[in-house]
Amino acid sequence: MRAAVLRWSVGASRVLGALGGLGALGALGALVLSACVSHIGSTPVEAAPVNLLNTDTRRAGFADMSTALQAMQQDDTLNPAILWVREGEALWSQAPASGPSCAGCHSSPTSQSQTGHPSASIQTAATRHPAFDGTLNKPVTLAGRVDLCRQRHQNLKPQDADGPEVLALSAWLMHQARGLPITPPPDPRLTAWTQRGEQLYGARMGQLNLACTHCHDQYAGQRLGGAPIPQAHPTGYPTYRLEWQKLGSLPRRLRACMTGVRAEPFATGSDEWVALEGYLMTRAAGMTLEGAAVRP
Amino acid sequence: MATPRTLINVPAARSGEIIEIRATIAHVMETGLRPDDQGRVVARDIVTRFECRLDGATVFAADMFPAVAANPHIAFRLRAEKPGSLVFLWEGDRGFRHTETVALKVT
Repeated sequence: MRAAVLRWSVGASRVLGALGGLGALGALGALVLSACVSHIGSTPVEAAPVNLLNTDTRRAGFADMSTALQAMQQDDTLNPAILWVREGEALWSQAPASGPSCAGCHSSPTSQSQTGHPSASIQTAATRHPAFDGTLNKPVTLAGRVDLCRQRHQNLKPQDADGPEVLALSAWLMHQARGLPITPPPDPRLTAWTQRGEQLYGARMGQLNLACTHCHDQYAGQRLGGAPIPQAHPTGYPTYRLEWQKLGSLPRRLRACMTGVRAEPFATGSDEWVALEGYLMTRAAGMTLEGAAVRP
Repeated sequence: MATPRTLINVPAARSGEIIEIRATIAHVMETGLRPDDQGRVVARDIVTRFECRLDGATVFAADMFPAVAANPHIAFRLRAEKPGSLVFLWEGDRGFRHTETVALKVT
C-alpha cells in the first residue's frame, strides 16, 4: 500500500513537472507571438488567461478523512446523518396543527400528487444561503430560513440551528443539494455582511489570541495534536461528527473552535454567526456540497 | 424523535446468495457514566439487545453494552434461501422496545 502511494506521488509530480514545462513553453510562445505582433505594428490583443493547471488549491475536509470514513459518508446505508435526513423528509410532508406543511407551499405539483416533488428552489436552497431576508432586513442562514418559515407560516416556536426539527430539515435540504456547487447570491445587500464575516475570520480572539486565518489558512494541511487542520470550508453542514455522536450545525462547530482558542463564543443566534457563515460560504464559492457529511 | 428512526438495508437476493443486511437505529446510548452540566450522573439509557428474525426464527442477535456508540449500526450476513419477512427488534433500558418489519425478496 505504502509503495503504491509513493509510486503515485512520484507519478503525479512527474505529470505536474511536465505540465509546468508546457506552461513555461506556452509563456515563451506567447512572448514570441507578442514580439511578432508588435513588430507588425497592429495593436496586441490581450488574451484571456488560460488556466492550464488547476490552480484552485481549496480542499474540503472530506479529502483529508480516512477512506473508511469517506465510504461511510457516501453510502446512505452507512451514513448516520441519514437518520436526520429521513426525519427531515418526514417533517417536510407533515402538517403541524398550527399551519400548512412545508410540502404544502414548496412542492411542484406532479401528475401523481399535489404535494409531490420539492420545487427546484427547495432542492438548491442549501447552495444559496445565507441569503438576504427583506422583512428582517438582514441575511439568514439555511437553518435561520427554516426557522423563520416555521415561525411565520406554521406558527411554531423558534428554534436555533441545533433544534431537533430545524436540524433535521436543514440536513434534508443539504442532502437535496448534494453534488451542487456553492453559489452565494450576487446580492449587493450581502456585501457589508460578508466583509464583516471576513473581518471576524481575521480577528484575533481568546486567551490564545488566534484568528481563524492563523490555523485554517496559514497552517491548513498540517496537524494540531493528532488531527489534520482543514481549510474550513463548510461543504457539508449540518455534519455528523463522530466526536459529538450526533448531527450538529455549523455554529456548533464554530463554537468548538472558539472555545478551543479560549474565547467566549458569540451569543446564540447573534449576527456574528450569520456574517461568519456568509463569509465562509463566499470563500468556498464553487466548491461541491457534500450533503449531510460525516467528520471524525 | 418520538418513535426512533431506523435505516434498514436488505438487498434483493438470488436464491442461495449471501447478502449483507444493515440496520441503524437512532438512539443516544447514554453510558450511565457521564455527568451532565450540573455534575449529576446521567442515568444509563442504552439498547441492550438486537435481534433479527426471519419468519419467527432468530437469524442474528447481539447484546450491546455501554461502550457502544450512539446510533448503533449493525451489519450481518445471511444466506437468502426463500422469501420471507424479516423482523428487526431493539430492546433496551427504560422499557425501550422497537420493531421494524422488512420483506426479504428472493428471486
